[in-house]
Amino acid sequence: MKEQAMTPAKISVKNTTFTYGDGTQALKNINLDIRPNELFVLFGPSRSGKTTLMRLMNRLSDLIDDTTREGEILFNGQDVFGRRTDITDLRRRVSMVFAIPTPLPGSIYDNMTYGLRMAGIRDKAVIDERVERGLQQAAIWDEVKDRLDSSAFALSGGQKQRLCLARSLALEPEVILLDNPTSGLDPISTATVERSLYELKQTYTIIMVPHSVQQAARVADRAAFMLNGELVEVGTQQELFLNPHDKRTEDYITGRFG
Amino acid sequence: MTRQQSQQLAIWVITAVSAIVVIPILIVILYMLYNGISTISWEFISQPPRNGMTEGGIFPALLGTIFLTLGTAVAAIPLGVGAAIYLAEYAGDNRLTRAIRLAIVNLAGIPSIVYGLFGLGMFVLFLNYGTSILAGSLTLGLMTLPVIISTAEEAILSVPQEFRIVSLSLGATRWQTIRNQVLPHALPGIITGVILGLGRAAGETAPILFTVAAFYLPNLPKSIFDQSMALPYHLYVIATQVPGMPLGIQYGTALILLFIVLSLTLVATLIRSTMRRRREW
Amino acid sequence: MAAQTNLNSMPPQDEATTPTNWRELVIENLIRLAGISAVLIITMIFLFLLREGFPAFVEVPLSDLFSSRWYPIEDKFGLLPLLAGSLIVTVGAVVIAVPLGLTTAIYLGEIAPPWQREILKPFIEVLAGIPSIVLGFFGWVALAPLIQSMGAPSGLTAFTGSLILAYMALPTIISITEDALYAVPKEYRDGALAIGATQWQTIWRVVLPAARSGIVIAVMLGIGRAIGETMAVMLVTGNAANIPDLGFGALFQPVRTMTATIAAEMGEVAQGSLHYSVLFGIGIVLFIITFAINSLATYFVGGGKRRRGGQI
Repeated sequence: MKEQAMTPAKISVKNTTFTYGDGTQALKNINLDIRPNELFVLFGPSRSGKTTLMRLMNRLSDLIDDTTREGEILFNGQDVFGRRTDITDLRRRVSMVFAIPTPLPGSIYDNMTYGLRMAGIRDKAVIDERVERGLQQAAIWDEVKDRLDSSAFALSGGQKQRLCLARSLALEPEVILLDNPTSGLDPISTATVERSLYELKQTYTIIMVPHSVQQAARVADRAAFMLNGELVEVGTQQELFLNPHDKRTEDYITGRFG
Repeated sequence: MTRQQSQQLAIWVITAVSAIVVIPILIVILYMLYNGISTISWEFISQPPRNGMTEGGIFPALLGTIFLTLGTAVAAIPLGVGAAIYLAEYAGDNRLTRAIRLAIVNLAGIPSIVYGLFGLGMFVLFLNYGTSILAGSLTLGLMTLPVIISTAEEAILSVPQEFRIVSLSLGATRWQTIRNQVLPHALPGIITGVILGLGRAAGETAPILFTVAAFYLPNLPKSIFDQSMALPYHLYVIATQVPGMPLGIQYGTALILLFIVLSLTLVATLIRSTMRRRREW
Repeated sequence: MAAQTNLNSMPPQDEATTPTNWRELVIENLIRLAGISAVLIITMIFLFLLREGFPAFVEVPLSDLFSSRWYPIEDKFGLLPLLAGSLIVTVGAVVIAVPLGLTTAIYLGEIAPPWQREILKPFIEVLAGIPSIVLGFFGWVALAPLIQSMGAPSGLTAFTGSLILAYMALPTIISITEDALYAVPKEYRDGALAIGATQWQTIWRVVLPAARSGIVIAVMLGIGRAIGETMAVMLVTGNAANIPDLGFGALFQPVRTMTATIAAEMGEVAQGSLHYSVLFGIGIVLFIITFAINSLATYFVGGGKRRRGGQI
């Protein structure tokens, strides 16, 4: 791809429009570059297209029937919707953690190893090492290391959420998509997750939909404000939260609507 | 009559009519039990009929029905579960899918005797399997397909969608997701459907009339290309075709057949209800 | 370079499979084949019936087929007595089964306390599981003598067949009607009760009309079930191939259905003979009748239920 040399972006969204079967335009001509090792926050009112945009990046959007897409999304310079894209490989490299923590039925260990097993990794030593590192990076290792064989459903809400994060990290992805990872968590668990985000971005590129504007301002390196499927404004944390250019952004972060 | 009185009357009538539906079922079962139980013995189950079938047991027919039921399972399970997976996980909303669904509804509606005719035309004559366990099993298998497909599809659809999405998001392929996240959780429901279907097949007479069933055979079948006796047909034969047949043997045969079919139905229902209670989600 | 892609138009195996994964490609194509097989099977059933039964419609003049004598030994293949037999037995069964089935479904769905439902529903499933030959045998040894003792010249009559068939059609009618009642939104009931209707008035004026189309389907499928039943009717209807005298008395005469004719005579005919073809011809008639009933019912349902999960 000829853009490869010009764009240092990890993920590059170009002229992307996405329409559902009922005619709703979820995304309207989005252009966005995400740089390596940044924590990029997508914020805005609900139904503004944040989750849809994230799901396009690893093609979980394929699961929705009757949609139309225009434009390109490049991951490391490669079109993720290209004919030659290995979707399973893409989803391992661009890994999604969902808003509602959803462990798979089975033990904590089963959950941690699922993606690795599906990728065909058989070596027990490699698997165990990845399991431990993933759990440590998600700051849940100390809580579960003695009960890896117990059911993942027995964990608390915050623990489930961190397990789901750890499960993605075990795949050693390049980009982590976090869709409201602290929804339904108490302030202490939220702080734990936010602290680990700071560690994680040393290794990974993180794209996150925050729980609130406050959280967005706390954790973001750069951020984008979305409204009704449009990308209103992109900027660094300083620019966007202290000195927004667009009236709509200012209204939103000062709490005048949404 | 006041509104309250008509309400009372209506409820009373509805309850009484429901009893009219339920009580005869009990009567049929108890009637067979009452009249047949004295015939049941180890000898009745383990011995062949003797003396023009007026004495002895039902062993060859019982064995035949077991063979046929196993044959039906082999014929129907892969195709039925495969079709259910296709409909639940792959089929889009298009004309092919509508055609498949219409076909399944109609497969379920075709009279069993018509399956018998088809089995005769296709398996016995055209494919030249002759009157055989193979031809009978295939015929019963096709007849059982719609039951297995619809219950298995139901079971597959009841697996929460989140499991599929999470599995795919962790880099599993579509088939890996079905294999590891969908089928294991749908299995109890699938087994229920299979057993229900096999129970129906075990009790069917019309589809085996021209494809496998023998009036009387001195020897047990040696291969799937042999004819066989079968319990439902045996009951028909001894009830209507053999003069001077002792009633006890007839009742006993009916009771055994009823027992086999109803215990399969019961097992299926039990599996379904216990598995529902054990779910984690 | 804006690319426009309609995701839905892609063949499914391209969406989630790597191009090199042959094993999965094979499995997924086998699954697809299993799905399509349903269509292939029903087509083949029809083609094989045609293949064996076609000569009947060519070699027997139409006027003979529509005559009232079924006497195969003299090459008299009048189908009217058999059609009439099937019709009478089925109509009788429907007349008995529909009120019973609807009422029981109302009881199960609207009135019965949960513990009774827990017991009754498996019971209905048990009824569905009783082999037709066992019910036929019961009709033969118990019901027919009872009916004869009540004054009929013979216990083996269309009515005996209708009674047995009614019970065989009941599980179908009950379960589909119950689904239809269940699908009526709770708000309808609450609304009626809130304006002071009794429970019965609510059921009669609100719930049943709302469930109308489902009930029609239940009755249709019940008819389909009854018309195709073989062994039970063969044992209890007396197997006389005459057109019964019309009127109420018709129910208490022996008749012979299409299904029973096939079952009783196929064993004795030479393969390829005209009689053999005519029996397959009857099979074609049965196939077309049940196909029409079931397709119509499916059409009423409106192309299938909404899915709850699945579809990845």
